Amino acid sequence: MSEFTFLFRGSDPTAQSPEEMQKSMQKWLAWFKELGEKGHIKYPGHPLERTGKVVSGKQKSVHDGPFAEAKDIVNGFTLIEARDLPQAVELSKGCPILEVGGSVEVRPVRILNM
Amino acid sequence: MELSDHLFRREAGRMVATLTRVFGVHNLALAEDVVQDAFCRALEVWKFRGMPENPSAWLLATAKNRALDILRRQRTARTFAPDLGRLLDSEWTLAPAVEELFAANAIKDDLLRMMFSCCQPRLAEEAQVALILNILCGFSVNEIASAFVTSRAAIEKRITRAKKLLATSKRLFDVAAAADFAARLPAVHRALYLLFNEGYHGASPETPVRAELCHEAMRLAAVLLDHPLGATPTSYALSALMHLNAARLPARVDAAGDLQSLFDQDRSLWNRGLVREGLGLLELSASGSQLTEYHLEAAIASVHTSAPRAEDTDWGRIVSLYDMLVSIRPSPVIALNRAIAVAQRDGPERGLEAIGTIENRERLAAYPFYPAALGELELRRGRHATARKHFRAARALARNPMERKFLDQRMTACGSACPD
Repeated sequence: MSEFTFLFRGSDPTAQSPEEMQKSMQKWLAWFKELGEKGHIKYPGHPLERTGKVVSGKQKSVHDGPFAEAKDIVNGFTLIEARDLPQAVELSKGCPILEVGGSVEVRPVRILNM
Repeated sequence: MELSDHLFRREAGRMVATLTRVFGVHNLALAEDVVQDAFCRALEVWKFRGMPENPSAWLLATAKNRALDILRRQRTARTFAPDLGRLLDSEWTLAPAVEELFAANAIKDDLLRMMFSCCQPRLAEEAQVALILNILCGFSVNEIASAFVTSRAAIEKRITRAKKLLATSKRLFDVAAAADFAARLPAVHRALYLLFNEGYHGASPETPVRAELCHEAMRLAAVLLDHPLGATPTSYALSALMHLNAARLPARVDAAGDLQSLFDQDRSLWNRGLVREGLGLLELSASGSQLTEYHLEAAIASVHTSAPRAEDTDWGRIVSLYDMLVSIRPSPVIALNRAIAVAQRDGPERGLEAIGTIENRERLAAYPFYPAALGELELRRGRHATARKHFRAARALARNPMERKFLDQRMTACGSACPD
């Protein structure tokens, strides 16, 4: 088994009605539950706040941005266990964020042999 | 663990009602923002950590913390609820005061308080209903527009205006003041009745949204019955009529998705539990001296639900109940229903005569059930071509594909070339 991170991007839920929010929540919980039952969740991960700072350059200058555009902002991550990249990609296709214009970035975690 | 159906929508109503008491009714928009924010939080956290043990409590606690935050940061910039007054000035009094406002026994009446506030006399009835749906039931403008088959812009305008008006009232309605309560109660009854009717007879096709309107009306009527001042015979009658009519909802559309008239419904599909509850409520309504239209409509519905087959219906009793109803609340729609009952009791000719004597008949001009009833009675007395003409007129007025399909079938029943 190999490890992958799912980076969740985009989808701003503020435009949804309570009923719509509950529906997307239920889809997400169902997807997560299935992943967990099949033993694919190594670590459930965290949501990320939509605020923060960007530190850059030798000057170590601190900015409120530039973040990626709101639709591209990473708003959470999960650590997944899968056989290989194609399987991890297959698993990501069930993510409800895809139905509301978001995306999932699937990245293999590089194992460091020291 | 599963989220119960419509939990978010219903909690939205409860939370807005409570937050409005904390912030003051002039800060209604702020209360709505806090609720939206709590849902966004829930979405973010529950996705990764799963559902909490008690989702309602989690949402309420999140809203409370956010409210405290806002009260601390904006206490000099904004005015909040007048009841809170100087308690906001010090951290020593702020947190306990907010705790108290969010305590279980304090929030119990918040829904009712908001319901009465929405039914204020300066708002038109349809604005009251839209406001209740938006604030108390958590429906978005889009959802309300689709239930009412109205444009989004029209509903948005109606709700925005109503909220502005609500925000100018000094405070929320005081549900402990008995005289004010009794004075406002008829308007609340009326709004809940209209809400139920919109779900039951409204223009929208048989969608889940539509049945939901009936359920919301029943839920809010139950909130009313739960309050000592709200549990009046009329409130019981209103709740009874909702239960007895809602019992028939499962049979209104058959397996093929076709609309079924009361005469053709599969009565085994009627919800017996709702019938029982409805009859119990009807009994509780039978005290005091007031006979309202809700009592009569509930009684009519109970006659239908107690008939095992359509032909067992006691039409004589229904006609006499309609006679009383017409005298209490004269309306062409009620008179039309009475005429249909007369036709059941005495034959189609008598029914057509009764229709011919309806006062202000011209007000039925856009009502599809008017020509449909004429068509039905003409068909029964064998005048097929005339019946067909009426059904065609009804079809032109029909408000959704289901009604159109139903009327197409009635036209087919008239045959193609039968002369009168």
